[in-house]
Amino acid sequence: MSSLLDIRDVSKRFTMGGLFGRKVVDAVVDANFSLSAEKPEIFTIIGESGSGKTTLARMILGLEDPSEGEILFRGQKVDRHEGRAKRLDFMANVQPVFQNPFEAFNPLKKIERYLESTARRFLHTTDKAVIDKAMDEALQKVGLSLKEVRGRFPHEMSGGQLQRCAIARALIPNPPLLIADEPVSMVDASLRMSIVNLLKSLRDDLGVSVIYITHDLATAYYISNRLIIMQRGRIVEMGDARTVLDNPEHPYSRLLKASVLSTDDAGAGKLATDPAMVSLATDMVGKPGRLVDRADGRSVRVHEGA
Amino acid sequence: MTQKQDNILTVEGLKAYYQMNYFGVEREVRAVDDITMNVRKGEVYGIAGESSSGKTSFIKVLAAAIRPPLRIMSGSVKYDFKTGPIDVARASPAEIEAVRWRHLSYIMQGSMSVLNPVRRIGKTFHDFAARPLGLSGKAFEERVLGHLARLKLPPEVLRAYPHELSGGMRQRVTIGLATVCHPEFVIADEPTTALDVVVQKEVLNLIRDIQKEMNSSVVFVTHDMSVHANVADRVGIIYAGRLVEEGPTRQMFFTPRHPYTAHLVASLPRIGDTRQRPALEGRPPNLADPPQGCRFHPRCPLAVDKCRKEVPPLETVAPDHRSACWRWQDVEPLVNAAAPAGEMA
Repeated sequence: MSSLLDIRDVSKRFTMGGLFGRKVVDAVVDANFSLSAEKPEIFTIIGESGSGKTTLARMILGLEDPSEGEILFRGQKVDRHEGRAKRLDFMANVQPVFQNPFEAFNPLKKIERYLESTARRFLHTTDKAVIDKAMDEALQKVGLSLKEVRGRFPHEMSGGQLQRCAIARALIPNPPLLIADEPVSMVDASLRMSIVNLLKSLRDDLGVSVIYITHDLATAYYISNRLIIMQRGRIVEMGDARTVLDNPEHPYSRLLKASVLSTDDAGAGKLATDPAMVSLATDMVGKPGRLVDRADGRSVRVHEGA
Repeated sequence: MTQKQDNILTVEGLKAYYQMNYFGVEREVRAVDDITMNVRKGEVYGIAGESSSGKTSFIKVLAAAIRPPLRIMSGSVKYDFKTGPIDVARASPAEIEAVRWRHLSYIMQGSMSVLNPVRRIGKTFHDFAARPLGLSGKAFEERVLGHLARLKLPPEVLRAYPHELSGGMRQRVTIGLATVCHPEFVIADEPTTALDVVVQKEVLNLIRDIQKEMNSSVVFVTHDMSVHANVADRVGIIYAGRLVEEGPTRQMFFTPRHPYTAHLVASLPRIGDTRQRPALEGRPPNLADPPQGCRFHPRCPLAVDKCRKEVPPLETVAPDHRSACWRWQDVEPLVNAAAPAGEMA
């Protein structure tokens, strides 16, 4: 079985501060997982901000060097220091969708220009008609059309529309792997499901694997095959999405699940979080522990003395 | 309907359009088109609507932040504050200045861009609240510290710069800024959109607590229906500049009377349920050129000929529940209300 992506003992450390009062922050600690090339899947990384999920995504994209361990894409090491041709080839295969579309687009340039340069670079063509067609097709997939987008600047569009453009841009080279960092957190309610369903159909119909980074457990449950839950850089639970979320075992996973706003008792105004649950989950931070395999296929971090 | 004097805000027939005239080309965007609603004293009124539905324009009018090209064409926005009634659609800048922050306050979206990055939080508090409160020096500081304690923020926050705080803390600071004057009416514009689930719940809980304590009214704007389910007493749905449905939260979720609401509720994914969720086809209409008749008809599964020609009025379909749909009797909740067994509260 060949693998699409291999994450092997990857850690990332950031040093903060100047010469005095230097502080080391462990953003990602010993991450280990792999995606298979034969079976496309939606692999979800769940965690709150500061849990290292975005750092992990940036390392997979080769925007950040891992401090330890290595990341392999189709058996080749992801290295941002290799030649330009190799980088471009890698980029045509692994495309990102970032969190904030307002930061992803240059406010002084028209949106179409951003799409156009992607099409030109990755489709290796200068033919206007081909580029336009590729742009229009990609935009249609996310519920827009070239006619609407043409000539508009990022500030003329809402956050939701802009994020759809960003996803359309990532779809232009038809990549086998998409890294989507909180892709729906700024998308309209009525179009959110169409994008989540789109990710699903990308997997089912086109065989694209998606690394879906989110803090929304409900959509994660809905679309993902496997997931990992991260707390402060450490993977605390990993396994089949449904198995883990139906019955989370780690205290942090349980806290996350309990924090999901339910609509079942709409109007009741239930908002209190059990403080015991919060303290149990935060107590686990920094405690040494290791991932232990369970009978139902998941791995859970077991902490010493807990 | 409740007595009129119980309403803190009464909006009647409000039309607010963007009118632009560039190089001889006139363009009119009907962002708020004939909205009539009210907010009662001490209630949380949720407004849901997607981007470019006009909800931001609507709350701009509510917040009395009307700047050209946005113009009020007709209608009134009357507040009934303790100091006396005011119609912000017609009030002079001085009159609005007198009620702003003291009575009418605003929690803004995106706490990072709201707070001045090169000013300490304490200074920002001073900029915002010193004048409306009419306090200075020690008295002002005590008031702010007392308020911070209520928000469970440590006093050191006042010495910090915005980037030194976490997202949740920053959002609590903006809530603090908006509520330090104990306003009677607070507009909260997507206050939790950028936050994690755990922090989001804390912040929502905080808004609810503060609202109860001050007995103020809150207009809570977000497109996330699961937030409305847990925070709002009543929910109003805005689609393409119009209020399409309004009712008590529970009814809106279990017996929606507008196909758009039914869709919004049905499209929410839930843990423990993997059925394929329907995605609404099409996109929100362009407000510069809205469709004839009911504005939802191009995307509506129930649309008939009448919907394409005539605008449905907002009529009462149940006590306290209004819907603007010709076929409201035929609207079925798309997801059965039975909760899967064993779901955690």
